Amino acid sequence: MSSVLFDVPGPEGLRRQRRASVITIVVLVLLAALTLYKLQTEGQLDGELWEPFVTPIYIQALLEAALTTLQVAVVAIALSVLFGALFASGRLSDHAWLRWPATVVVEFFRAVPVLMMILAISLIYSEVIGKFWSLVIGLTLYNGSVLAEVFRAGINAVPRGQLEASYALGLRKGQVMQLILLPQAVKIMLPAIISQSVVTLKDTSLGYVIPYEELTNVGRAISIEFTNILPVAIVLAAMFIAVNYSLSRFATWLEQRMGRATGSQAELNVGA
Amino acid sequence: MDVLWESRQMLLAAFGQTISLLIVAGLGALALGTLLGAFRVSAVPALRAVGTAYVTVFRNTPLLVVFLLIYFGLPELGIRPPQFWLASLALFLYTSAFVCEAVRSGVNAVDSGQAEAARSVGMGFGQSLRLIVLPQAFRAVIPPLASVFIALAKNTSLVAGFGIADATYRMRGLINNNPGDVYAIFVGVALGYVLIVAVISLAARGLERQLEVAR
Amino acid sequence: MSLNRTKALAVVAASTLVLAACGDAGGGGSSEGGADVTVEEDAKFPEGSTMAELADAGKVTIGVKFDQPGIGFKSAAADVPTGFDIEMGKIVAGALGIKEDSITWEETISDNREPFLQEGKVDLVIASYSMTPDRQKVVGQAGPYYVTGQQLLVSKGGDIQGPEDVKGKEVCSVSGSTSIETIEKEYGATARGFGTYSECVQQVLNGSFDAMTTDGAILLGYAAENPDELEVVGEAFSEERYGIGYQDPKDTEMCEFLVETIEKSYEDGTWKQGFDATLGQAGVDAPKPPKPDACK
Repeated sequence: MSSVLFDVPGPEGLRRQRRASVITIVVLVLLAALTLYKLQTEGQLDGELWEPFVTPIYIQALLEAALTTLQVAVVAIALSVLFGALFASGRLSDHAWLRWPATVVVEFFRAVPVLMMILAISLIYSEVIGKFWSLVIGLTLYNGSVLAEVFRAGINAVPRGQLEASYALGLRKGQVMQLILLPQAVKIMLPAIISQSVVTLKDTSLGYVIPYEELTNVGRAISIEFTNILPVAIVLAAMFIAVNYSLSRFATWLEQRMGRATGSQAELNVGA
Repeated sequence: MDVLWESRQMLLAAFGQTISLLIVAGLGALALGTLLGAFRVSAVPALRAVGTAYVTVFRNTPLLVVFLLIYFGLPELGIRPPQFWLASLALFLYTSAFVCEAVRSGVNAVDSGQAEAARSVGMGFGQSLRLIVLPQAFRAVIPPLASVFIALAKNTSLVAGFGIADATYRMRGLINNNPGDVYAIFVGVALGYVLIVAVISLAARGLERQLEVAR
Repeated sequence: MSLNRTKALAVVAASTLVLAACGDAGGGGSSEGGADVTVEEDAKFPEGSTMAELADAGKVTIGVKFDQPGIGFKSAAADVPTGFDIEMGKIVAGALGIKEDSITWEETISDNREPFLQEGKVDLVIASYSMTPDRQKVVGQAGPYYVTGQQLLVSKGGDIQGPEDVKGKEVCSVSGSTSIETIEKEYGATARGFGTYSECVQQVLNGSFDAMTTDGAILLGYAAENPDELEVVGEAFSEERYGIGYQDPKDTEMCEFLVETIEKSYEDGTWKQGFDATLGQAGVDAPKPPKPDACK
């Protein structure tokens, strides 16, 4: 759609575009240079502040923490998908006694800040289930609820013909949901699911309230020891961007492999 | 339970902070997000690159890390706004990336025939966007935007770790001083957030219904 | 296409390895010295007392801070925390007949101290835990084993020379600490609570804040790291009495045991050894140890 907004540019158009590009690039380069200059004068580019990042024990600590973060994220995502599928079916059920509780649960967990949920669960239950599961369950409850909504939209987006055909074949509601609707809904909603996975991965940072030793927490420990908060923040940002970006690219690749271009519909849940 | 009642003034002020942050960062994000959305669909490759780079950075970085970058990066560059504005800035920059994506999905939802018609009538890029595409995209954009605002409302809770006396900050203080009432305090503050989120959802649904077009 | 990507990955991996050989930051946080704790061989405790349970179990979980250098701090590169509170922990464990390696150190941030004790997640809390009547309604506290006071850390040569000068100004502190209330209620400043002390120190250094406040013990460590830019000013304007937290406020036997252990550590020099190895590294001499409160 965006490509329809402007024609293929002619020579004058090209010249204008090139001028605009050049101006943009010049402005950006100036800003970057200014920033680096100021950082240098404030001593933020000093070697000692950046040394931990090339020291083996600290690199190891960072990588181990990154691994822990990934573990939490993967488990939380898997459970969220299950939770989401379950509660989406619940919300679409014909039975009111199933529909109302499901709706209440989903709306409640979508509304409460994840930070508070993780804190609450860890304070009340961590004796029984430990910190890892407190964090995972807190993340699951929130992201699962968001996914429940995503799946609901996805199920509603499955072409009506599918639904009618399955009923014509004599399938019961439960079977229809399981065999026909959910699999197709998941395929349609895949980009939104991946996008929510990125959110889950980022929310692992909230483990600092428990406290759980994930990536951001280890970054904080380093920043205390070396008073290098800005370098730590930059390195953390770079690490997260690298992982999350790869995840999103994986999603695009997956989408292409599955053959379906489902761009606009799937962008329903872009919330952070 | 009495604890909550006794501290009601403080808690109301705290939720007031939450709502102020929501409004300031939200409005700003709407503006910047729409601008970035325009960048991403523009003809100038450099602008497209800026838009994409911005979104890539802020969508993939945890908000906590964004806060750290703002709070500890800006002063190094000589920029030292009051604390409230630092917090709003972090929330604003972060949320803009998501608004941009929501706007883009809304724009993509508008039938391309509309843009083609606008072009064939002779409108330029800016005009087609402003007069034809964006107004129609507006309705499609409301559900994802509502999502973004709900997320923003909850993200404000992070300012508790950065010196702003919002609801989550006060909650922690109350729990510290009244360790016996942990559960009651939690539920009370959680309900406050649920209320804010419910208002946003209802407003969005109302707006959507108002803009309902017979198709 | 994939060949180029593989090559790129190889280059990145190689350069990381090369760079990794270059850095040697930090010291890993090993404690040189530390209290010379003798582990009780035949610790005898009354039947059914908490101490007997712990001694029989042969292990103990102690809640400490992981983010306060000198008091309770765990480096990213270390497996166990170090600091004055940790030394006290080792002393108490020794009195229970428990060896250093059988101690599990659990991080207790300020908000978690009472909940963790109540839930039984930790047996003891030694985490710059100020003794207050409110806290003693829900958990037990024995001590103090160290007394410090709230002070201010400011940029050297600034206007602020004492707590009276902060009226109407913004002061940085850490969420959940008693320092925040004191500076607001008694000196009319606006306190801003952040996550870690180092965040506050950084903001005093970069000018976002004129001052930060917390227990003098913690501030001294930071001032020692930046003697040209930071200084601790003013007399201590509050009294923070660090105590050892335990689960049941009515457990008098535990209280008496802890008080006895604390007093013994004053006598046999282990308290001073612990201090010198940790907080003392900032260049301060060990103060006179405080007299613990009588148990109720």
